Amino acid sequence: MSDHAYHAYAHQFDSAEQQHGASQLGMWVFIAQEILFFGGLFVVYTVYRFTYPAAFAQASHHLDVTLGAINTAVLIGSSLTMALAVHAAQLGYRRTQALFLVLTIVLGSVFLGIKTIEYGHKFHEHLVPGPSFLFSGAEARHAQIFFSLYFVMTGLHALHMIIGIVILAVLTVMAWRGSFDRAYYSPVELTGLYWHFVDIIWIFLFPLLYLIERH
Amino acid sequence: MLERLGLMPPQASTFASQVDMLYAFLLMVTAFFSVLIAAFVIGFSIKYRRRSDSERTPHLHGSTALEIAWSIIPLGIAMVMFFWGASMFVTLKRPPDDAMQVNVVGKQWMWKIQHLEGRREINELHVPVGRPVKLTLTSEDVIHSFYVPAFRIKQDAVPGRYTTVWFEATKPGRYHLFCAEYCGTKHSGMIGEIVVMDPADYQAWLTAEAPAPAAAGVAAGGESLVAAGRALFEKNGCVTCHQPGSVLGPMLAGIVGTSVTLQDGSTVKVDEDYLRESILTPQAKVVKGFAPVMPTFKGQLNEEQILQLIAYIKSLGATPSASGAADVQGKTGP
Amino acid sequence: MTTTNYLNADYGIWSWLLTKDHKRIAILYLISITMMFLMGGLFALMLRLELLTPAGDLLQADTYNKFFTMHGIVMVFFFLIPSIPAVLGNFLIPMMIGARDLAFPRLNLASWYVYIAGAAFTLYAIFTGGLDTGWTFYTPYSTAVANTKVIPAALGIFITGFSSILTGLNFIVTIHRMRAPGLTWFRLPLFVWAHYATSIIFILGTPVIAITILLVAVERAFRFGIFDPALGGDPILFQHLFWFYSHPAVYIMILPSMGIVSELIACFSRKVIFGYGFIAVSSLLIAVLGFLVWGHHLFLSGQSVYASLIFSLLSFLVAIPSAVKVFNWIATLYRGSIEFAAPMIYALGFIGLFTIGGLTGLFLATLGFDVHVHDTYFVVAHFHYIMVGGAIMGYLGGIHFWWPKISGRMYPEWPARIGAVVIFIGFNMTFFPQFIAGYLGMPRRYHMYPPEFQVLNVMSTAGATVLGLGYLLPLTYLLWSLRYGAVAPANPWRATGLEWQTPSPPPTENFTTTPVVTEEAYAYSHREPEYV
Repeated sequence: MSDHAYHAYAHQFDSAEQQHGASQLGMWVFIAQEILFFGGLFVVYTVYRFTYPAAFAQASHHLDVTLGAINTAVLIGSSLTMALAVHAAQLGYRRTQALFLVLTIVLGSVFLGIKTIEYGHKFHEHLVPGPSFLFSGAEARHAQIFFSLYFVMTGLHALHMIIGIVILAVLTVMAWRGSFDRAYYSPVELTGLYWHFVDIIWIFLFPLLYLIERH
Repeated sequence: MLERLGLMPPQASTFASQVDMLYAFLLMVTAFFSVLIAAFVIGFSIKYRRRSDSERTPHLHGSTALEIAWSIIPLGIAMVMFFWGASMFVTLKRPPDDAMQVNVVGKQWMWKIQHLEGRREINELHVPVGRPVKLTLTSEDVIHSFYVPAFRIKQDAVPGRYTTVWFEATKPGRYHLFCAEYCGTKHSGMIGEIVVMDPADYQAWLTAEAPAPAAAGVAAGGESLVAAGRALFEKNGCVTCHQPGSVLGPMLAGIVGTSVTLQDGSTVKVDEDYLRESILTPQAKVVKGFAPVMPTFKGQLNEEQILQLIAYIKSLGATPSASGAADVQGKTGP
Repeated sequence: MTTTNYLNADYGIWSWLLTKDHKRIAILYLISITMMFLMGGLFALMLRLELLTPAGDLLQADTYNKFFTMHGIVMVFFFLIPSIPAVLGNFLIPMMIGARDLAFPRLNLASWYVYIAGAAFTLYAIFTGGLDTGWTFYTPYSTAVANTKVIPAALGIFITGFSSILTGLNFIVTIHRMRAPGLTWFRLPLFVWAHYATSIIFILGTPVIAITILLVAVERAFRFGIFDPALGGDPILFQHLFWFYSHPAVYIMILPSMGIVSELIACFSRKVIFGYGFIAVSSLLIAVLGFLVWGHHLFLSGQSVYASLIFSLLSFLVAIPSAVKVFNWIATLYRGSIEFAAPMIYALGFIGLFTIGGLTGLFLATLGFDVHVHDTYFVVAHFHYIMVGGAIMGYLGGIHFWWPKISGRMYPEWPARIGAVVIFIGFNMTFFPQFIAGYLGMPRRYHMYPPEFQVLNVMSTAGATVLGLGYLLPLTYLLWSLRYGAVAPANPWRATGLEWQTPSPPPTENFTTTPVVTEEAYAYSHREPEYV
């Protein structure tokens, strides 16, 4: 932290410390907002799960637990590589941080790839809500709500991952060029915060969507 | 008096005068504080207007005592308002046991009403003076709201579920009926009248021959809700499974008002909403001990027919008590 | 104006469209929201003209329904919610805390572009057929039945919400991290406290309306069944989610205005604000309690009696901090040295109108009473008293007060005073009869109505004409003053506050050296009267 005095800071700030503190607080405020954003969806989920527990359980069994579990592991792994990237940036290791950023991108992309495969399966099984929705079993109407929530929640999550990957790509280029060192690494640190948050959302989504009444 | 000046609607229900009294109290409090605040603002503005640019003002920071006082006093007044309004509301939400039942179905853009004895109306509701009337409301499409200013009552009619409201009319006459929840193009045309009659006139009206609005599959007007419901029960084959000794469906006699246990162990109260749900989405809450074989009647029965079926089921020895004796195959839950 | 200031520091359209200066961004917002206000006002004018007669003879029913919907959407999302924070908050907060800019200037510019993008979607919906769901978008009408431009309008509102979120984020970080040395929390101007509380609501509330309106668009586009009972959904769930934001939203609209009023009362009484700490904390209390009362919009929806009782009780509680503010403002007047400049007339008018609006809110919180007046003109009158009589009066008071700082020119004082009085009178003429019409039983959103309501409606429309003319006055003379107004000194009001320590208009960087604060806010009584 002591090298901050040597680093330039934006004109509106009085010191690099102030800039760093401001950007950290900014990211936390942003995450607070994101919690409320996903929170609305979790409320809708909770209400309907309580109202139609059987339908939700039946519908959930149509999701591929194996793929979901693999994705969970992949995402947790990507949080690890992200944390390692931040650590490397803190220590000023240019190539290491770039490497770990790339690994995070790769793992994130694997997650998205698996998600795409799952979505494809659902499309073929006629489990996408709308006119072509076909659910065998008497709970069709309420199972449709489950799948609506499944697509909106995982879709929104995936969108956040895509945005995160784009940011990571930009960061990788910047890291490779040596933009980050012990005096200035907050973009990496703050992206790490964002990435961990997106990971935590998935850690809630996975059991809520995939693991209803699995024995 | 205010009514004659066109400033207030007529008072035509037991509820109306109570609401007006509460209104008077609220108005007095508002007028008092508004005048007080205006007096202080105007008074201080005049008394302390700037007379020279070199005036100094005292450094009055604040006073905790004042802050406490002018927090506690408004809070106290607010609590009086809360309790008064809350107790009135609770009464409004609890219809008397002997209330006369009328079913109301709202749809774009009309009110379809059916009395228990069978008489049907569109955009008009005839009721007798001096008798509590309980309305069960639903909607066929979007949210509507049944509003009678003269009675000071209003209740949303929500698609997919039932809501209820009750009143007791006190003065014969014709009073506005409005839809009070925006529902599309003819929202402001979805109006009608409540016709309050002397009890004798009402009886006469009830049993008179009246042209019944045609509705597919429904018995002709004049037939009571219960009779119409019985006819539907037989015609749609409900009796096949819901009869004594059947293992296919629970017995329905006396079931209304009890609690039943579902397949997943949870319990549910058998009310109008549950009956409607069981008719339209029978697999949602199956009673324990029965297979999920009941077919759905969605698309085959409209809202009015469902209400008639419910009236019939309720007439099968039902009493609205939580632990009523029931020869239904399900446990009475906690 | 020969010195360099933020207005003439750079020329050309791109120096404005790509600016990072919070003051220029405030001007960009000022122009946009004024245009949206005029559009919303035109819709209102058409509504009031139609309501002159009981029959629906001026507009078709569908057109009328579209006009009240679009009046509400434009006024709420594109005028009231951004107005004070995005114009006066953006302009003043850095200056009030002694900073050169907000914490994130580029994010600030982005927030304006996001606002414009959201407005573009909504304007597209308006001009290609319109929307008729009411600004409240109740389901299943909005998702399954309406055949108007629901999806683009919903997307427009969704996008614009992020403008609010970015603004709130910027304000919170700026106020936390960039205060000048010596500027402790309890020395901050109450305008800043008000915006801090508002920003909490921006951050915690707006995402919920965002996800809700997104679900409406998704349900409509893909026939997902989340709120549609025909598909197993719950329309009341929509109402809960919608009002979870939209109730705190009304505090977004009023808190900044209250912040302005505190500044005006102190300055034009030349006296320290009475009960500073209580007013500051009351802003936070209003923000927090405001999140707990949304169910009072659902008293008649079929929600449980217990829920209604709790929401009614909490709704009474949230009124108390507002009352505390009013009493403290009045106590500030006591033994003050009161000058009736135009901003002060707006502030005093605010106190009167907000009192009526707030007290009638108590009527609506009273359960037994709300049954009768819910969804009638009583509610319409109540919220216009707060939003127009409260929020807009405060906004105009603030625009006038800080006009010299923003433009470098004085507005003409007598036309301004007349304008304030005309607006006050016109406003009351428009909306007071609506309380009576509401209790009489006139429902809202009615295109035609029974004849017994006509007299009250005619009075209301007459008032609306006066009010409209009243608004044209400031629009005219403020523009006039840009060219012909007297050149303003740095501190024409001899006000406290760091923003007045800069030239009018200020340089881009606001302060050449960061000021150091050594005294409390509103230290009027300490100052020599000739202090400039």
